Amino acid sequence: MPRRESQTVLDVVTHIQRRLDPTLAYRFACRVGMCGSCAMTVNGTPRWTCRTHVDKVAKDGVLRLGPLANMPVVRDLVADMREFFDKWARAKGQFTPTRTRADGFARVEPATRERREADAGIECIGCGVCYAACDVVKWNRDYLGPAALNRAWTLVNDVRDGGQAARLRAVSGDAGCHSCHTMMSCTEHCPKELSPTRSIAGLKRATFAGVFDAEGE
Amino acid sequence: MSARGEAQLWVAQRVTAVILAVCVMVHLVTIIYAVRTGLGGAEVLGRTRGSVGVAVFYGLFVIAASVHGGIGLRTIAIEWLRLRAGAAGMLAFAIALALLALGMRAVYAVVAA
Amino acid sequence: MSRARNHPAYWAFLVHRLSGLALALFLPLHFLALGTAIRGEAELDGFLRWTHQPLVIVGEWLLVILLAAHLAGGLRLLVLELLPWREWQKSLAGLAAFFAVVAGLVFALAR
Repeated sequence: MPRRESQTVLDVVTHIQRRLDPTLAYRFACRVGMCGSCAMTVNGTPRWTCRTHVDKVAKDGVLRLGPLANMPVVRDLVADMREFFDKWARAKGQFTPTRTRADGFARVEPATRERREADAGIECIGCGVCYAACDVVKWNRDYLGPAALNRAWTLVNDVRDGGQAARLRAVSGDAGCHSCHTMMSCTEHCPKELSPTRSIAGLKRATFAGVFDAEGE
Repeated sequence: MSARGEAQLWVAQRVTAVILAVCVMVHLVTIIYAVRTGLGGAEVLGRTRGSVGVAVFYGLFVIAASVHGGIGLRTIAIEWLRLRAGAAGMLAFAIALALLALGMRAVYAVVAA
Repeated sequence: MSRARNHPAYWAFLVHRLSGLALALFLPLHFLALGTAIRGEAELDGFLRWTHQPLVIVGEWLLVILLAAHLAGGLRLLVLELLPWREWQKSLAGLAAFFAVVAGLVFALAR
């Protein structure tokens, strides 16, 4: 397969599928580093193949590709992301509104501590790289994972959201933030340079008070 | 164990960690001092026999260490030994009890006149 | 170690977990040794003289290092988890390692 200057791993995979093996299954969409669809394991590390130059990772001329780790394989380089997104929902990673159209706009000051915390994690596009990099996800089947917990944290800091009690319960315990061991593989590999570790640390502090509440509240 | 119970274990781990941090620093200084002034059986016991302070300090140390060690081993049992949470919890509890028993015996051994 | 795990925070985790495991395994032995005093000071004395062998001395030094490493790593975690996040907290792993080495040196020199 031809080696070209500034070649990306996605270029390589595309070439293989078009010229060498048309049965190869893989994902991509925007091919310009915005959608996260092309995430896969490249020489042992989860990366976006469209943003990975072959020069950078194939130092000895060898490129080993695989689907994202910690997820069932659909076929070839395609991982089944259903559980990844199910955990997102289990972490209450969806906004719970408190106003109606009759109430007018909510005013959220961008410089407040809460909004700055939320903004630090809000750019996540659900690519799954952090989830694939996390060893706790690998060792604990129920662990919600860095992406889901990061999203929950952005919502914990959303002053408009009305579902905080349920959310804090959802992110507690061995399946939640309390299993994070601050290995920081998520933060190390996030292509958008987010820090789920930081968000999860925030959740640990946010859930602290609830530990002492009476049962069932 | 409920999520809330697991969160409580996490808190207990951090609380005992702080207690142990203090105890360990005192213990390290004590051991370095003891190493310099002589570590024979008579010297050690001469310092600990009949001491309420030693009994209380090391008694607390043993309790905190047993709880902290037990919770830590539970996590390792779940993540590395792949035990289910229930089995891991029982194993950890048993080990914590054993540590507590052996530790209290050791405290008694050096304090009882 | 796989490429994905080759970064400081991961090493810090590994050191912390392995040192904790080693300490948990050592602790019963430590308690049993002290417990020999139950049978009188001669027993404890006999045991303590046994510990003057070079292998045991090296082992003790290693234990002090493991203890210091686990303590330092634990303090680092407490800072990362309980205090609001600051970027310099990342270098705490290095600080913890430094502290552990210092503790080991002090113990070795005090001997």
